[in-house]
Amino acid sequence: MDEYVPAPSEQTDGRRVIGSRHQRSIIYLDHVTVDFDGFKALNKLNLVVDYRELRVVIGPNGAGKSTLLDVISGKVQPISGRVVFGQATDLIGLRENDIAALGIGRKFQTPSVYTTLPVWDNLDLSLRRKNKGVFATLLSRLNSDESDKIAQTLEVIGLTNKADVLAGQLSHGEKQWLEIGMVLLQDPELLLIDEPVAGMTEQETEKTGELLQSLTHKHSLIVIEHDMEFVRQIAKTVTVLHEGTVLCEGFVEDIQNDPRVIEIYLGRQKEADAPV
Amino acid sequence: MGAGPAFWVVGVFLFAGVPLLNLLPDDSLFHVSDFTLNLLGKFFAFAILALGIDLIWGYTGVLSLGHGVFFGLGAYAMGMHLMLGIGTEGVYGNALPDFMVWNQVKELPWFWKPFYSLTFSLAAIVLVPMAAAAIFGFFVFRSRIRGVYFSIITQALALVAWLVFNRNETNLGGTNGLTDFKHIQGFSLNDPATQLVMYMVTILFLGLAYLLCRWITRSRAGRVLIAIRDCEQRVFFSGYSPASYKLFVFVISAGLAGLAGALYVPQVGIITPNQIGVLPSIEMVIWVAVGGRGTLSGAIIGAAGVNYMRSTLTNHFPELWPFFLGGLFIAVVMFFPKGIMGIFKKAYSMLPFGKSKIEKAAVTD
Repeated sequence: MDEYVPAPSEQTDGRRVIGSRHQRSIIYLDHVTVDFDGFKALNKLNLVVDYRELRVVIGPNGAGKSTLLDVISGKVQPISGRVVFGQATDLIGLRENDIAALGIGRKFQTPSVYTTLPVWDNLDLSLRRKNKGVFATLLSRLNSDESDKIAQTLEVIGLTNKADVLAGQLSHGEKQWLEIGMVLLQDPELLLIDEPVAGMTEQETEKTGELLQSLTHKHSLIVIEHDMEFVRQIAKTVTVLHEGTVLCEGFVEDIQNDPRVIEIYLGRQKEADAPV
Repeated sequence: MGAGPAFWVVGVFLFAGVPLLNLLPDDSLFHVSDFTLNLLGKFFAFAILALGIDLIWGYTGVLSLGHGVFFGLGAYAMGMHLMLGIGTEGVYGNALPDFMVWNQVKELPWFWKPFYSLTFSLAAIVLVPMAAAAIFGFFVFRSRIRGVYFSIITQALALVAWLVFNRNETNLGGTNGLTDFKHIQGFSLNDPATQLVMYMVTILFLGLAYLLCRWITRSRAGRVLIAIRDCEQRVFFSGYSPASYKLFVFVISAGLAGLAGALYVPQVGIITPNQIGVLPSIEMVIWVAVGGRGTLSGAIIGAAGVNYMRSTLTNHFPELWPFFLGGLFIAVVMFFPKGIMGIFKKAYSMLPFGKSKIEKAAVTD
């Protein structure tokens, strides 16, 4: 697949240009419906994320946020609709590893790292390589270019002095960063990140926010998050999901004041808080 | 593909040292009897199989309860060749194997005929189990059957194989299996010298199997196997196809099991369905658990150690063995999840100089 390279004028301009919107999209979901035995986890969902954008997706529990990532990464197949990556790559029907090879990386909600391998090997296995088949992997050796990339990533995620430590011995926050590093080494154009700061300390949360923002120079990101303070820290554009569809979309300040959003969040809050 | 000095010391001792001890006079303290040598040959044939189980279970985390089948395919392939080698020396003086005469089979079944050829038989020993594993594994892994479901399906496979091999109509000797072998390539199987050579061949193949497994586990692909064990989901999303890796390692381990079966048969002199069914398949897993899964030397130590205990114990208290084996398994699961090798490593790490080395070694071996 040819990489989409935007014109210089587009690169400096962060906002979308009406009319050429589809030209700039990195992922485009068109009327996507996911059905779990009658329960529509996604219901004719439409979503466009621009090239090199950091999009935050919020919504109450059960709104379909994780299912959205599942559909893009190939873990769940929709019953109808289209999922288009980049200019014209249809993702429907592809397996997870094929989609990963196209340039979509995913970071899971609970840290998914290889606990009995050292940090270095975790990153090494995640590195983008032309051929990840059994025999190629059996014979491949680490070259200096690859080892440089791993070393750089270790620096980005702040784990340089823990390269030899088994991943299982890292703290929760460090595991989350390691997984982000692993996803980064796949050199994905699009990163899907599910609740990166869940369970992190305040300091770790802030550091994670800075890390994610710095990634937009080279990647497009979709981040799912609950923590509204964190959302305010990192987000420009926010998409609100509700019952499997997009409720609204816009700047973070506008979203926070949108009565519909307040309704679905605070409405529930009131119900929950109300004395029975 | 170099291995450490310990490999060469132990390897040379087993390959040449033990046979030399066999030449010592009978009353010498270090004399190894023909009987013991033959037992060791059997144990180390099992060790080859244990290496294969360790690859698929210890490293990749996929528990197969059906390796007896692959062991059996290799063993029967060798057994068929030896059976045809008996010629007219059998009880009935017929060119057909005795059990066929008994079952009133008039003509050698078609699938027996190629086993006259040694070359074909030697190829079949590894290729038949590997092909069976490839076909079975392809469908099972592609369907993403994993965990306990995979174990149950492989156990069913062992049961099916046991039932099929037990039937007289299968023409593989039924319940009694294949036995009464006379010679291998003209050498009498009753001659201690032939058995000595069989022992040395077994050690040679054990060494080669160890080097193969070591090469696989130390490669990047070996780390992918461990990664599949730790977090298969992440492996998927890193662009690998776990199904291909599992299939690869399953097929390799089936080949090793077949090789083990073929080395077992001429040394033990009999192969029956009871040696390839559900129970022996579970026992094989216990060898690896006891030795220490995820370490190659553990698999060898476990297979040889448990079988040594078995032959000692069944000599004196035959009825106690199943209880002992069960107890051993429970003890390992509850108290020593890393097996004998885990105990060794822990003991070593308590020594003042041992600590740092172990942490690194734990990963690669």
